[in-house]
Amino acid sequence: MVSEVQNNPTAILRVERLSMKFGGLIAINDLNFEARRGAITALIGPNGAGKTTVFNCITGFYKPTEGMLTMTRQNGEEYLLERMADFVITKKAKVARTFQNIRLFSGLTVLENLLVAQHNPLMLSSGFTILGLLGFPTYKKAASDAIEKARFWLEKINLVERADDPAGDLPYGAQRRLEIARAMCTDPELLCLDEPAAGLNARESAELNKLLLDIRDETGTSILLIEHDMSVVMEISDHVVVLEYGTKISDGTPETVKNDPKVIAAYLGVEDEEVVELIEQAEAAGVDDITAAVDLLSTEALLEIEEAHPDMAPAALIPSAPAKVRRTRATAAKKPTVKSATDTTAAKPAAASTVKSKPTNPAAKPPAAIKPGATANALAEPRGGKADKLIVIKGIGPVNERKLNEHGIFHFDQIAAWKKADIIAAEAYLAFDGRIAREDWIGQAKKLAKQSQVTPAPKKTGGAK
Amino acid sequence: MADVQKIEPDSVFAKAVKEGLLAGALAFGLFFLIVGFRTDQNIRNELVLNQRWGLLAIFVLVAAIGRFLLTAYITPWSEARSKNKRAAVEKEQSAFRKSFPKIGLGLLLIYPFLVILILWAYNGSIMGGLQGSLKYVDNFGIQILIYVMLAWGLNIVVGLAGLLDLGYVAFYAVGAYSYALLSTHFGLSFWLLLPMAGIFAALWGIMLGFPVLRLRGDYLAIVTLAFGEIIRLVLINWTVVTKGTFGISGIAKATLFGIPFTPGPTGFAALLGLPNSGVYYKIFLYYLILLLALLTAWVTIRLRRMPIGRAWEALREDEIACRSLGINTTTTKLTAFATGAMFGGFAGSFFAARQGFVSPESFVFLESAIILAIVVLGGMGSLVGIAIAAAVMIGGTELLRELEFLKRIFGPDFTPELYRMLLFGLAMIVVMVWKPRGFVGNREPSAFLHKRKMVSSEFTKEGHG
Amino acid sequence: MEYFIQQSINGLTLGSIYGLIAIGYTMVYGIIGMINFAHGDVFMLGAFMAMIVFLALTTFIGGVPVVLALLLMMIVAMLLTGLWSWTIERLAYRPLRGSFRLAPLITAIGMSIALSNFVQVTQGPRNKPIPPLVNGGITIYGTNITVAYKQMVIMFVTVILLAAFWYLVNKTTLGRAQRSCEQDRKMAALLGIDVDKTISMTFVMGAMLAAVAGTLYLMFYGVISFTDGFTPGVKAFTAAVLGGIGSLPGAVVGGLLIGLIEALWSAYFSIDYKDVAAFSILAIVLIFLPSGILGRPEVEKV
Repeated sequence: MVSEVQNNPTAILRVERLSMKFGGLIAINDLNFEARRGAITALIGPNGAGKTTVFNCITGFYKPTEGMLTMTRQNGEEYLLERMADFVITKKAKVARTFQNIRLFSGLTVLENLLVAQHNPLMLSSGFTILGLLGFPTYKKAASDAIEKARFWLEKINLVERADDPAGDLPYGAQRRLEIARAMCTDPELLCLDEPAAGLNARESAELNKLLLDIRDETGTSILLIEHDMSVVMEISDHVVVLEYGTKISDGTPETVKNDPKVIAAYLGVEDEEVVELIEQAEAAGVDDITAAVDLLSTEALLEIEEAHPDMAPAALIPSAPAKVRRTRATAAKKPTVKSATDTTAAKPAAASTVKSKPTNPAAKPPAAIKPGATANALAEPRGGKADKLIVIKGIGPVNERKLNEHGIFHFDQIAAWKKADIIAAEAYLAFDGRIAREDWIGQAKKLAKQSQVTPAPKKTGGAK
Repeated sequence: MADVQKIEPDSVFAKAVKEGLLAGALAFGLFFLIVGFRTDQNIRNELVLNQRWGLLAIFVLVAAIGRFLLTAYITPWSEARSKNKRAAVEKEQSAFRKSFPKIGLGLLLIYPFLVILILWAYNGSIMGGLQGSLKYVDNFGIQILIYVMLAWGLNIVVGLAGLLDLGYVAFYAVGAYSYALLSTHFGLSFWLLLPMAGIFAALWGIMLGFPVLRLRGDYLAIVTLAFGEIIRLVLINWTVVTKGTFGISGIAKATLFGIPFTPGPTGFAALLGLPNSGVYYKIFLYYLILLLALLTAWVTIRLRRMPIGRAWEALREDEIACRSLGINTTTTKLTAFATGAMFGGFAGSFFAARQGFVSPESFVFLESAIILAIVVLGGMGSLVGIAIAAAVMIGGTELLRELEFLKRIFGPDFTPELYRMLLFGLAMIVVMVWKPRGFVGNREPSAFLHKRKMVSSEFTKEGHG
Repeated sequence: MEYFIQQSINGLTLGSIYGLIAIGYTMVYGIIGMINFAHGDVFMLGAFMAMIVFLALTTFIGGVPVVLALLLMMIVAMLLTGLWSWTIERLAYRPLRGSFRLAPLITAIGMSIALSNFVQVTQGPRNKPIPPLVNGGITIYGTNITVAYKQMVIMFVTVILLAAFWYLVNKTTLGRAQRSCEQDRKMAALLGIDVDKTISMTFVMGAMLAAVAGTLYLMFYGVISFTDGFTPGVKAFTAAVLGGIGSLPGAVVGGLLIGLIEALWSAYFSIDYKDVAAFSILAIVLIFLPSGILGRPEVEKV
């Protein structure tokens, strides 16, 4: 992987063996990827996968524990970002960024925000303030140029009319656009956007897509973005890198990534509010706009919502939700690739039908027979007719739980008792390798088994921590 | 509210009576010991207790009646008033407000002559006018302008860059002692030492600022306070150089391009054929400090339109965003610190030339607190507001010295000066509670595209360090 | 060595007083993030109250046992100073809650100026000496180290108060309310905690500790003046920051450290520069440990 990355001259940013540890917590573990010049690279993954940490390492806000971040500028200059201070990265290496929770200068006007972004060239032309203070014409010229540049970007983001209003007074979507324009005013070669579509409605999201494509095509700026909004990711990115638990699990074009079983497995673990968000967005945008991700997620979302809020009045959720699922299913039928993706996850052709029957009540109807390939201590059905909530174990999502149930695993003590051979067997049907040991399922299960004897296990979504 | 009160006037009255009684009881508790008894030393230097029940009764009554009136009449009245007249007044004031700086500046320019003319008319002789004006030019004009200049200097640090500096008086002291020491030891002239004092103070600003500027918020505040105290304590204790608490006296006066303000034949009065008087020097000093203050204002206004000034304000709004835009926050903070310190140094050397005497007593924390209070009361960042605040706070307390008629009311033992700082402190509280954002809370943008609109104070931030 | 121990004992005595004042700073900072500049003057006011109570006792009653006198001084000073602090918070700080961060700082500075000048106006500008309350001391056997009884009283009272205070903060409903307000005021309010009352109580508690510190200060030095609020106040604030502002054990540790630094510096170097030493050490500590000794490091959220 490393050598392949190093030999690629089209990469604007190479991330090699990047690791970031916060005390005992490993936020990023040995990450390698690259962003191509002139392309839009998306960094996706469930919450807490370490995406923002990657950004903070790239832009110098964190010093990575290990690894190399090489930025190659258009003129061939190479910068090792991990060795540079944050402001130097923007100034010299020409990497600009936006923030997940918008960080505008709310008391400055929209125009001033864009002028602050042109600080370094203006400092030079003002002779580090001294010439400017004395009223030298070079600064006057530079200052009016700066305003023109700001006007250009304001026109781009459709905010010329509001140029003299305080940035804090803008609506949310406009603030997001302004933050992007402000970053662009630093003349970056790589623009890092941290969830630019978060909180935008469908129309604003579409505008954002256009803006980002414009930036890429007109200024040649490469874009690296973190995004949860799959409509943005799948529509505009040229390349997608998927993170989970700080490790890269997939890398490739949007098409390949969305069919990658590992990605699907990881995404089934996303938190329920995001799923709801996705469903809502899909609904707002009309059925045709539903992306593959939504398609895949919707059924699982219901499962998960039910798991997470069993005490919630089901009437609020269930009646409308299955209808939605059916609708998405109907569109999914037109997309064979997606369908097959679902099938690979479940590792058997009957998956679709199982899924369909599930939403009504997954826990009450455990499959009667144990599937082949089960571990030694498999049970035909849960003891006392009630299975433990296996999703409490970090790393087990609803899908895995279902698979485990199908393979006769219902209780924490069963997992706790797994031997090496059992782990291999379980990993075989769960379709991932090494995760059981890495996430210490056995240890977690042992603890939970002990707890469950005393108190009922706590409720928790399957979302990654 | 007004309607409710019309329906139930009794309940408001009853409430007011109750609150008045409570306030009286509270006042009794608060003042019982500290006002009811006065400790005095007798001839054997022992403390004896004198009882002052009458005074205590006055305090309690004032509190009770005041609270009663407030609840029963003033609050309903002001609520009704603010309801009726919310929108009406705004427009009328703006025309006056716009030209206010110009009118103020004009008044400042003719102030000494205005005073002389008025007193001339009042006394009937030019000498009477000249001598009489001494007090007004010195105590009011010069005194207020020194604070205006200091507050404008501190405004760069606190108001623009958002760095809370509680030790600003240290730079004032550096300027004053630079002038005092260099002029008494080396006989250097004021005009040479004025810029040098500024440079020294700026250097001190950088020296002190460098280690502490990475501290944030209140930590920065306490360290700057500590530095202010350290400098004062060194001035007290380093007696070999500073003569300790005795201070340095006999400091050379400033000259007008080499013309001294002395009574001799080469003096200013003799050269112009004017009668001998100390007032010329005061008038000269008045214009000197006016010039220095205007220089501060001019530099501040210019700097705000330069990249560095914008970076200061951006720093106040959001430091992390600044760094993401390639702004070196350390040097930006340092320049703010040094620029502010430099003006403090100028003011200090002026102070030494005016007094002819410096001692550590003039540089206590209280001075820093007063200057900071003026900046905040005026409205951070607003030059006009700060000037108004300085005139009100300093002029007001100076005025107390003049109130001879109070002696006629309270008896000849009454010394209004005793109450000067008490009233100053109370005024600080009252003004702040009344206008938390200061007299002029709105911010004027440094650049505009269509129209210069004031930025409301609800958007501006006050910085975190 | 004996000299060192002797000076350390002196330093710890002084440090106890600083620690008691510092708790008031640190609690208020912890709960509303504001530097209560008037706290030093509240301490001075407490000392004045104790002084007047003492004079009233000797004038109106005559000979009162020392222990009883001290106890009465402390209790009256605590109650009245608490009342003062409550009023100050109500008038000068509460109207500004939720407003601009510097506004309450300015009212606090204004309050500090007003308080000290109020005391000057009502009680006169001169020093107020009282006859020594507690005399004598013990010499530790076989050494020249003496511990004055008044030093023992100070340490004893400090330890008792800190224990009581620890109990109050960690084991009572009020303490829990305080800690929850410290974490998240809005959430605490949503959960039904009376935030305003909790904050008021914090001010009152801080002022009570300051009043005790004032009484002890008066007993130790035998004199008080209206200007005596500033220096101990700034020292105590320095102590609070040194220990890590917001941390209660930090305030005590910081206070003891500042006391030790002052005493040892005066003993071995120069008494003139003892305050310079204390402030310099503050600056140096903060440069290397930006959140103080026991403070929680501030994580920069990006």
